[in-house]
Amino acid sequence: MFAGLFTNCVFGFVRAAVMMAAVRASDGFGGYDEGTIGAYVWLSQGLLGATQFMGPPLELVDRVKNGDIAIDFLRPVDVQFSYLAADLGRAAATILPRGVPSVLVGMLTFGMTMPNTPAPYLLGLLSVLLAVALSFLCLFAVGLIGFWVVETRGLRVLYQICGTFLAGLFVPVHMFPGWLRTMAHITPFPSILQSPIDILSGRVTGIDAVTVVATQVFWVLLIGAMGRVLLAAGRRRLEVQGG
Amino acid sequence: MAEPPFVPAPAGTWCTPYAAVLASRIRAQQTYRLSFASEVFSAFLIGLVEFAEVWVIFHNVRVLGGLDLDGALLLFGLSNTSFALAQVLFGHLDSLPVLIRMGTIDAYYLRPQPLLLQLITSDISLRRLARASVAIVVLGLGLIRNDICWGPDTLALLAATLTSGIAVFGGLFVCAAGAQFFLIDGSELTNSFTYGGSFAAMQPASVFPTPLKLLFGFAIPVSFTAYLPTIALLDLPGPPLLPAWLAWLTPLAAIWVWLLALGLWRIGTRHYQGGGG
Repeated sequence: MFAGLFTNCVFGFVRAAVMMAAVRASDGFGGYDEGTIGAYVWLSQGLLGATQFMGPPLELVDRVKNGDIAIDFLRPVDVQFSYLAADLGRAAATILPRGVPSVLVGMLTFGMTMPNTPAPYLLGLLSVLLAVALSFLCLFAVGLIGFWVVETRGLRVLYQICGTFLAGLFVPVHMFPGWLRTMAHITPFPSILQSPIDILSGRVTGIDAVTVVATQVFWVLLIGAMGRVLLAAGRRRLEVQGG
Repeated sequence: MAEPPFVPAPAGTWCTPYAAVLASRIRAQQTYRLSFASEVFSAFLIGLVEFAEVWVIFHNVRVLGGLDLDGALLLFGLSNTSFALAQVLFGHLDSLPVLIRMGTIDAYYLRPQPLLLQLITSDISLRRLARASVAIVVLGLGLIRNDICWGPDTLALLAATLTSGIAVFGGLFVCAAGAQFFLIDGSELTNSFTYGGSFAAMQPASVFPTPLKLLFGFAIPVSFTAYLPTIALLDLPGPPLLPAWLAWLTPLAAIWVWLLALGLWRIGTRHYQGGGG
C-alpha cells in the first residue's frame, strides 16, 4: 500500500509540474486553471489504485488459463457478480489508505480547487463506484478472451496503454483535438477516469453531471452484458483435463 | 595409418555461453510467428501512444518550458530511445520479485556465472525494439526539424548522450532489482524510479519545482539523458541549477547510477537467504 502511494505521488508531482506549466503557458487550457488542473491531476492519481487500470492481471486470467475456472462454474454464485463483488471490496480497501492520502499530498504541495457544496461529492461517490465497476467489467471481458487464445498478456498491455490514454490519465480528454476526443468518447474509457474526476472536481454540475453518470451506467450495462455473453460462450468451449 | 591431426575444440571465451543463450532466446521468440507479430504490433502502439501524450500537450500549448514542438520531438526521441533500448536489455529484471517470492532465484545462485549476467541474458525482448523504433523515428524527425549547427562536437554529444542514456536507465533497472531483495513485492515502489524516471525524462525539466529538479537532475539523473542534451543541441541556456553545459557530463551521471546500482545489487544479493525448499 505504501509502495503504491509513494509511486502515485512521484508520478503526481511530475504530472502536476508539467500541467501547471502548460496552464501558465497558454490562455484557456481547455477551461482549466491552476487550481482545477491540480484537482484533475491529483484526483486521477488517487483513483488509479481503485480502478485497477494499471494493476496486476486479474486472478481470473490465471484461472481461465489453468482450468480452475471450472470450479467457479460449479459454485452456486454467479461468476461475474462474485468477482465484481470481490473487486468492489478491494477497491474500497484501496481508496482509504492509498487514494485519499495521495489527494491530500497533492492538496498540500501543489494545491487544488475543490467544490464547496455537497452535491458534487455525493454524485461523485456514485460516479466513482460506477467507474470501478466499469473498469473491472472491462478487465473481466478482456481476461475472458483467454478462453480462445492461450496468452492474453499482449492484449492486456494494449488495453492498459490505449485505455489509460483515452481515459484521460496523461492529458485530460477535454484537451484532445476534436477527432481524438470523438474517438475516446466512443470507447468506455473516459467513463472510467475522466467522468468521476469531472464530477468530483465540479467541472460538470447539475443536469450535465447527471448525463455523465447516465453515460457511465450505459457503459456498465453494455460491457457487463458483453462479459456475460463471453462467459457463456467460453463455458461451452471450455474443456478441462483430469478430475 | 596416420593419426588424424588433433583439432582442438574451438576455445570459447567467457562470453561464449552468454552468446549462445542470447541467440537461442532470440530464435525462440520468433518461433510462434502470429504471437510474435501481435506482440511487436502492441509494442509499436505503446510507443505511438506515448508520443501522442506529448503531442497532445504541445498541440494545446505552443511552448512549454522553453521548448516548442520541434524541441519536444528531440526531447522525446532522446529519452525514449535510451529508455526503450535499456528496456530491451534490462527490462526483464522487472520479474525479479516473482523469482524471489517463488524461490526460483535459488537455482541461479547455484550456477557458476555472475547472477546479474544470468538474469540479464535470461530474456531479451525483441518486441520492445518496436517501441524503440517509434522513438528513433521521432528522434530523427527532431534532429532534422530543429535548427542544429552540426559539427564534430554535436555528433560526439549525441553519441555520448545515447550510450550514457542507455547506461543510466539500465542502471536504474539494476538499482530497482537490487532493492527488491529487501522490499519483497515492492515492484510498485521501484517502478517510481524506473518508469517514473523515464516519464520524468520525457518532460522539459525547466518546469519542475526545485526539489524535483534536484531529484531528477542529480539524485536520479534522468535529466542528463534527454533534457540537458536537448537544450545543449538547441543552444538554449537552460534554467538555474540545470545549465546546458552540464550535458557534457552525461557519462558522469551514468557512472554515478552504476556505482549506486552495483552497490545496491551487491548488498541485495548478499542479503538474500534463500526461499527454502
